Amino acid sequence: MRKFGIVRQSIQMSLDNIKSNKLRSFLTMLGIVIGVAAVIGLITIVQSVTGSIMDQFNSLGAGTITVQTPGTALKRGVSDNDIEKLRNLTGVSGVAPTVTLSGSAVYDDTIYDTVSIDGEDLTYFLHTEDPVSEGRIFNSSETDGYTNVAIVDKNFVTNVLGGGQAVGTTFRLNGYTYKIIGVAGDTDSLTAQLTDTSGLDGTVTLPYRNVLRMSGSDDIMSMNVYVEEGYNTASVEDELRDTLDEIYNDEDNAYSIINLESLTQVMDTIQGMLTTMLGGIAGISLLVGGIGIMNMMLVSVSERTREIGLRKALGAEPARIQLQFLIESITLSLIGGLIGILVGLLIAAIGAAALDTPFKISYGAIALGAGFSAAVGIIFGWMPARRASQLNPIDALRSE
Amino acid sequence: MSDSIVTTEQTSAGRDTSAKVILRMEHINKDYEMPGETLHVLKDVSLTVHEGEFLAILGPSGSGKSTLMNIIGCLDLPTSGDYWLDGKYIFDEDETTLAQIRSKEIGFIFQSFYLLQRQTAFQNVELPLIYADLPEKQRKARVEECLARVDLSDKMYNLPNQLSGGQQQRVAIARAVANHPAILLADEPTGALDQKTGAQVMQLFHELNEEGNTIIMITHDGKIAAHAKRIVKILDGVISEGALEDA
Repeated sequence: MRKFGIVRQSIQMSLDNIKSNKLRSFLTMLGIVIGVAAVIGLITIVQSVTGSIMDQFNSLGAGTITVQTPGTALKRGVSDNDIEKLRNLTGVSGVAPTVTLSGSAVYDDTIYDTVSIDGEDLTYFLHTEDPVSEGRIFNSSETDGYTNVAIVDKNFVTNVLGGGQAVGTTFRLNGYTYKIIGVAGDTDSLTAQLTDTSGLDGTVTLPYRNVLRMSGSDDIMSMNVYVEEGYNTASVEDELRDTLDEIYNDEDNAYSIINLESLTQVMDTIQGMLTTMLGGIAGISLLVGGIGIMNMMLVSVSERTREIGLRKALGAEPARIQLQFLIESITLSLIGGLIGILVGLLIAAIGAAALDTPFKISYGAIALGAGFSAAVGIIFGWMPARRASQLNPIDALRSE
Repeated sequence: MSDSIVTTEQTSAGRDTSAKVILRMEHINKDYEMPGETLHVLKDVSLTVHEGEFLAILGPSGSGKSTLMNIIGCLDLPTSGDYWLDGKYIFDEDETTLAQIRSKEIGFIFQSFYLLQRQTAFQNVELPLIYADLPEKQRKARVEECLARVDLSDKMYNLPNQLSGGQQQRVAIARAVANHPAILLADEPTGALDQKTGAQVMQLFHELNEEGNTIIMITHDGKIAAHAKRIVKILDGVISEGALEDA
């Protein structure tokens, strides 16, 4: 309260100073503006981009662990019993065996021989968001038995069916006749997302036992393990490894595990590194900006030597002179910081529009920008302010 | 240091011997170390000023009068000697303490006014009150009172460059009296003014003195010094009480 008068007066005075030295103040602030704009703009862009990649990852398979089990020479794949063991592990809400084959489809007397055939059971459909965009998914009697029903993807509809009505249509696949009951949604499976399907005529999803029968083997080579909500995927992954090691007697290369969560962690690390690197670049420009502020403050102190002498004669203690000049440099760099935040958000918005990612304001980055510019004001204002406070009042009053 | 010393100095006319001693200097010396030599700027200066006096310190440039003013105004410290200001013994104080003493005890008036050019008359007068930590309400009342005292109530929110020289010096005087200091210390207060406005400023000094303010004025101009009730002359760092005719 007692110091409030001097603080308010100092802020007012520094605003007056900035106004009366517009060009000089603007150029001085520019360094801070660029530094803060870089912090805000780049960090916001990096976070939006990696954020949207992560969102895609999560929609593909948050809590999903993909296990490939080619097996060993002695034991190919895994059996139904092994699957049951995995299903009973703590934290596992379901295991969906997946069988993938390729085959040829016949429709309207034409042969399409690059068709991918996926076998899935009910568990897969229960753990997949919007598995079909049209029609329905399999029911339990269809997945438990050998009913000839199929869900086809959009490529199949376009390439094989010629864009016609899909649900209810029948076609032949590897010698059997199948009835289409549904059309798969856009992001039906991780495999579909991560594999290039452009060379395929289409993908057909069948109850997995049908596909197993086609493959002529009971060995399951691939499965999705779904982690129950609230369980750590990493610890479930460890349990899976223990069980699989037991199944394969600790043989090497019998299985591989793709844990999307760990991919997400890699993304996190990349994001952190990018943020640090950009932060470093921004830090350098803030340093340059800070030196600019220090320079302007030193000029200001020497220009206003007589004013400082007068203030001292009128009873200003050295600490107050120091406070006044410190407030001036903080005001200067905070104004630069605020302009920088606005410019940075503008850059981020333009960047988001250009990269077609959602524009997310990062409040952390804004706080960082404001905090950094205030810190720059304090750090680089300290020396000039100290110099002002130590001026001898007699010499200061005498200076012209 | 005894009372007898004080009373023996009460020789000039018109001074109230019962008044409080506001300033006492005993054997003040001020030396400046220069390469190869020591400059003795003030030599054994002793001076006593009572409350309500109007004193002129008269001397040519280079006589040491500015140095004496700086020591009186607590802008500088003597090399040796004793100095009491308003009952306080001043010796080897740090910058912060000196600033606080100046804030409370001294009202400076400078030759070229030294107003802050980007601040209004009001803000200029308010400045010492801010440094004295007066609450805002009291500051406002005091500034208005002081500007009214120098007949500038109507120019309160003018900037210095919108005021004449005489008006600017009156703002500076209002600023000097704002904290009710023990001493008004004026350094060539009319030096930058023409004769007529200078005379008006001197008239204001007379009035302020009549109202009880102690004024010490430093000047090289005998005519200006003649306005004071008591004149102390300084030459080559030595002071002597004297009448104007000797100047």
